[in-house]
Amino acid sequence: MKISKEEVEHVALLARLHLSDEEKEMYTGQLNSILEYAGMLNSLDTSGVEPTAHVLPLKNVFREDSTQECIDRELALLNAPQKGEGTFKVPRIV
Amino acid sequence: MNSCALTAHELRDLLRSRQVSAEELAGSVFDQIERVDGVIRAFMTVTKEKALDTARLVDKKIKNGEEIAPLAGIPVAIKDNMCTRGVRTTCSSKILDNFVPPYDATIVERLKAVDAVIIGKTNLDEFAMGSSTENSGFFATHNPWNPDTVPGGSSGGSAASVAADEAVCSLGSDTGGSIRQPAAFCGVVGLKPTYGYVSRYGLIAFASSLDQIGPFTKDVTDCALMLNVLAGHDPKDSTSAEVEAPDFTSFLVNDVKGMKIGIPKEYFNEGIEPEVAAVIRQAIMKFEELGAVCEEMSLPHTEYALPTYYIIAPAEASSNLARYDGVRYGFRADASDMVTMFMKTRSEGFGPEVKRRIMLGTYALSSGYYDAYYLKALKVRTLIRQDFEQAFAKYDVLLSPTTPTPAFRFGDKADNPLSMYMSDICTIPANLAGIPGMSMPCGFVNGLPVGLQLMGRPFDEGKMLRVAYTFEQNTDFHLRKPPLDRVAGAPGTKEV
Repeated sequence: MKISKEEVEHVALLARLHLSDEEKEMYTGQLNSILEYAGMLNSLDTSGVEPTAHVLPLKNVFREDSTQECIDRELALLNAPQKGEGTFKVPRIV
Repeated sequence: MNSCALTAHELRDLLRSRQVSAEELAGSVFDQIERVDGVIRAFMTVTKEKALDTARLVDKKIKNGEEIAPLAGIPVAIKDNMCTRGVRTTCSSKILDNFVPPYDATIVERLKAVDAVIIGKTNLDEFAMGSSTENSGFFATHNPWNPDTVPGGSSGGSAASVAADEAVCSLGSDTGGSIRQPAAFCGVVGLKPTYGYVSRYGLIAFASSLDQIGPFTKDVTDCALMLNVLAGHDPKDSTSAEVEAPDFTSFLVNDVKGMKIGIPKEYFNEGIEPEVAAVIRQAIMKFEELGAVCEEMSLPHTEYALPTYYIIAPAEASSNLARYDGVRYGFRADASDMVTMFMKTRSEGFGPEVKRRIMLGTYALSSGYYDAYYLKALKVRTLIRQDFEQAFAKYDVLLSPTTPTPAFRFGDKADNPLSMYMSDICTIPANLAGIPGMSMPCGFVNGLPVGLQLMGRPFDEGKMLRVAYTFEQNTDFHLRKPPLDRVAGAPGTKEV
C-alpha cells in the first residue's frame, strides 16, 4: 500500500492539521517508509488470534452515583484563551 | 561531598539524626542546578520558593520530634507532562506553553502527602514522543556524562537531573521506553511499573494503553522507596489495577542463588553494538557467579514489536491529542471561524514529530485502513504478550541490554524517524505486554554508561528489584559520577 500526497492531504484534514507544501512532501515520504516497515506484520498469520486493546482484564469501572467534589467554574476557566459569562468563548459557528 | 549527591536513603538517615536539614539539602540541590543546568538544561521550571517552604516544614516536624516518612524532605523533580496545581505544565509543547493546571496528578498528591520536596519540572520530547529530548518544543537536554550526546528520551530531563545531582529522585513516564532508555543513557536506575500499578490521573496522555509513570533514582534501594509511594489503586484512574502494593523494600535481598534468569536471544541480534553486548555478557557472568541460573531462551515475536508499537501508539496519540483545539486551555491562534481556528492552532502549536505521529495514527485508524494496520497490530500484540506469558512460566526475570547503543550524538538520528525509533527496540515489548521493566547501570563504553534491562511478571516488581539489588551490592557502577567539572559554571547558567 502506497500513500499518495492526496491521501496525506485528506488525513491532515481529518486530523485538523494545516500542512505546508513542504510538510506534505516530507510526511508523504516519511509515512510511506514507516508504513512499509509496518507492512512486515502481514507476514504473520494472525487468523484466530484475539486482538489486545488493553492488557488489564478490566471492563467498565463504576462508582456510586453521588455528588463529589469538583473543580469550581472559575478555576476551570482559568486557562481559557477567551472566556465570558462563565463560559469558554469561541469564534462564531453559525 | 554535597548533600545533593547522596541517595534518598542516606539522606533519610542524615535528616533524622539532624546531620543535615531539609532546607540545607534543598539549598544544595538549587546550588547544583545553578552550577550545571546552564549546560545540562534538565529543567523547564524550577519551583524554589515552594520547595524551600516544604523543606522548612519538614525541618519543623523533625525538630518537634514528629514521625516523618522515608521520602520526607527529599528533593524530587517531576517530568513536565504531569499536572502540578498552580505550576506551569507544558509537556514541552508550544501548545501548552501557558498551561497552569488547576489540580495535581495523583502521584504529585502522593509525593506531597509524604512531604517530598518538589523542586521543579523537567524537559521532555514534546508530548513524550521521542528518544533524545531533541523534539522538545523549547530546548534539548544534554547528557551529564558527555554534553555532546543526548540524555535519551522522552524523560531526558528527569534522567539527567538525577545523574547530575540536580535532584535526588525524579519521575518519568514510559510509553515505549521513555524511562528505561534515558536511565541507561544517563547511568541511573529507572523503572517502568506494571501497567495499571501507578495512577495515570493527571499524566498528560500520549498512548493510554501503554503509558506508565515510574521513578528515576541513584540506586535500587531508592527505587523501592519511590515505588512504595507511587504504587497503589486510584479510583480517579479507570485503568488503575485493584492490586495491593507490598512494601517494596522487603525485596532488597542480596541473594539470587537458584533464581532463573532468561536471556532472550533476539535482544542480542544485529543492531546491538558489540561493545554493549559484551558489557551485558559480563553482567550475565556476574549473575552466574552469584548463583543465578542464566539460560538463553527465545521470545519469537520480538522483531514485530517495533512495527506493532508504531501503529498502536500513534493511533492512540491521534485520538488523545484531538483535545488540543484552542478552546479550553493552551495556545489559540486567531481566526474568524471555528475550523480555521482548530487547524491554525494545531499547526502552529504542535512540532514536527507530534504532527508526524498524529498523521500516522489518523491514517491507521481511518476507514479502509483500520483492519489492515490497527486491528492487525492489536492481534500481533497478543502474540507478543503470549511470548512473555510462556517465558515467565519458566523464568523469574528476563535480562537484556536496555538500548542497542550508548548515548548517541545530537543530530545523529534527528533526520531519520525510523532510525530514532530503533533506539527503543529493547524496551517497547514490555509496554505492549504491560509487564514491568527496569534499567540499571552495568558498565561503560567510551566513557558512556550502559544499561542492563530486567523484565518481570505483571505485579512482580519485587523479583526484579531483588535481582537488581544483588547486582548492585556486588558491583560499583552505581557509585560512579559523571565528570561535571567541565560543565560547571558555564555561560548561560540558569537563574533560580
